[in-house]
Amino acid sequence: MSRLKEVYNWFERRLQLEGPIKEAALHPVPRNTASWWYVFGSAAMTLLMLQIATGILLAIIYVPSGGEAWKTLDQLNHQLYLGWFLRAMHGWGSNFMVAVVLIHMAQVFMFGAYKFPRELTWILGVFLLLMTLGMAFTGQVLRFDQDAYWGLGIGASIVSRVPLIGGPLVHLLLGGPIIAGATLSRFFALHVFVIPGLMLLFAGLHVWMVLKLGINEWPMPGRVVRRETYIQEYNEMAHKDGVPFVPDALWKDLFFSAGILVAVAVCALLFGPYGPGGQPDPTIIQTAPKPDFFFLWLFAVLSYLPPEMETPFVLIAPAIGILVLLALPFVAGVGEKSWHRRPVAVLVLITVAVSWGIFTHLGVHTPWSPVMDAWSGDPLPQKLVHSETALERQGAVVFQAKQCRNCHSVGGLGGQRGPALDDVATRLTEDQLIRQVLQGGGNMPAYGKNLSPPEVNALVRFLETLKPANRPAAVDASQEAQAQLGK
Amino acid sequence: MSDGKKVTRRTLLMKIGIAINAIVGVAITVPVIGYLFSPVKRKGAYNKWISLGSLSQFPEGQTRLAEFVNPFKRPQDGETAKTPCWVRRVGGNTFQVFAINCAHLGCPVRWFPQSELFMCPCHGGVYYANGDRASGPPERGLFQYDYKVVGGELHINAGQMPTLANEAMAQKEKLVCLG
Repeated sequence: MSRLKEVYNWFERRLQLEGPIKEAALHPVPRNTASWWYVFGSAAMTLLMLQIATGILLAIIYVPSGGEAWKTLDQLNHQLYLGWFLRAMHGWGSNFMVAVVLIHMAQVFMFGAYKFPRELTWILGVFLLLMTLGMAFTGQVLRFDQDAYWGLGIGASIVSRVPLIGGPLVHLLLGGPIIAGATLSRFFALHVFVIPGLMLLFAGLHVWMVLKLGINEWPMPGRVVRRETYIQEYNEMAHKDGVPFVPDALWKDLFFSAGILVAVAVCALLFGPYGPGGQPDPTIIQTAPKPDFFFLWLFAVLSYLPPEMETPFVLIAPAIGILVLLALPFVAGVGEKSWHRRPVAVLVLITVAVSWGIFTHLGVHTPWSPVMDAWSGDPLPQKLVHSETALERQGAVVFQAKQCRNCHSVGGLGGQRGPALDDVATRLTEDQLIRQVLQGGGNMPAYGKNLSPPEVNALVRFLETLKPANRPAAVDASQEAQAQLGK
Repeated sequence: MSDGKKVTRRTLLMKIGIAINAIVGVAITVPVIGYLFSPVKRKGAYNKWISLGSLSQFPEGQTRLAEFVNPFKRPQDGETAKTPCWVRRVGGNTFQVFAINCAHLGCPVRWFPQSELFMCPCHGGVYYANGDRASGPPERGLFQYDYKVVGGELHINAGQMPTLANEAMAQKEKLVCLG
């Protein structure tokens, strides 16, 4: 024991770290902050460490070359001992990190932690969130498969919409005229050197400020933040009714971080690594590119915007969003911290969360995308082909062969871009059906040039059979009235 | 305060040292900005005339998938040096060569000869056989490459990914400017 102590003392005399570490560890924190609500920041840090460790292990094998990246990922998945597991840990670690960082942000927002004097802590946090998302996107590119290739195409298409300098920006993003080896190399540099380096710096400053300014106290209704008195009030709270950070608060952080690591490992074991999907060969066009989970909401928003809104929205909305987050501590830097007294903040958070959830759900199900193989893959349900005439049956063939199913589902199968047609005959009359098929409209292409008159005739006859037996067919009100008058 | 303002030999030398470092730093880093911006080139600088092969591959009245290797191919590009495109032979020597990239967000559009439509798998953009926008989020028709027929082969002027900032066809842009 004394030998150990001697060794320790030898190092301590030279390093002199004991003092500052003890000070940081034992600094008093308000008693009620030793709470399970305060564990997300440390969990994000743990995940950052996990990503760095697994990232370095993957970089030993990975080759950031357009011709070889995919093959080295395949090797990791199938040929190297535990290669698949490390890829899975890195992929799931990324998912957990984005989620935990978002939860951390929502929690400090709810607890008013961005108010005086922690404005800069919040601002660095906003940049850390942006960098976390940047890591998720660049990481998805390094998984150099079909989704990565076409995802870059989407990125380039968005960037190209910037007025005046869109063209040069695309060249900078891609590192050349097309998505190719140079593109992968620059995303590798971003993902492995630039963003992680900045993240470590920012995260270090973020934690430094938490230590120096003290952790945000549990908000109580009526305990108002004032610039003149807050620091004194906080210090009194921390010293009179405080507990040392170690061990009173730290044990919860440790338990939660361990839990998160277990959760990442379990997901990695159960669900395995992400891809890589198909090889990044642009001539294989039988693909339906989709971004990773945390960008699905954006994918959905991009589909619902009217064309004329798209460029302004895509370019301006993110800038406004980031500015709002950065301005928040300056606009609402003092006042009530408790959510009981901040109804607008609560509503904003709920609205953002619900919108995000809805758009993500839509992004998973992509009801706006045609199902490219529905016309050849999904048969017409037999019960719907209850037509008696050959013409109607011929119409069913036209319906199938002309890719109508790619956008219109029948019997629950097919695309959802247009309305389901199971009961179209109860909604549209013959004339309306013909008009819709020939002229399109309401987001449907006009088939006038692509169908012969007999084909249209057969198709409409078939569509007129698509209604439940117990419901009447659609009628034209004016014709009906005239018929009544005639009688 | 008065001590800080006094210029001694040492503070002067330190300031000169800082200045020298600043000058050296600027002299070294400014040219590197050129290195970072080297991918940016003038409009058309990346473009070249590339053969898509013999005309006989493209039957009249039909639309076929063709592919070419990018003229600015680098050894590390692998498969990504290749680019597909849709060739529509309207008749005789009249063609339309469409970029594979949807005018909305660049996803690969697919041709359906039965319904004579191009459909995009990403957000449901649809185009007619002549490339005009039919429905969905795209704000314009498909991008088209300039083409010419040389010695029984179809050539197109290509080399960079078509986007709204680079609409592939040089002539059309001129017409738009005139209009």
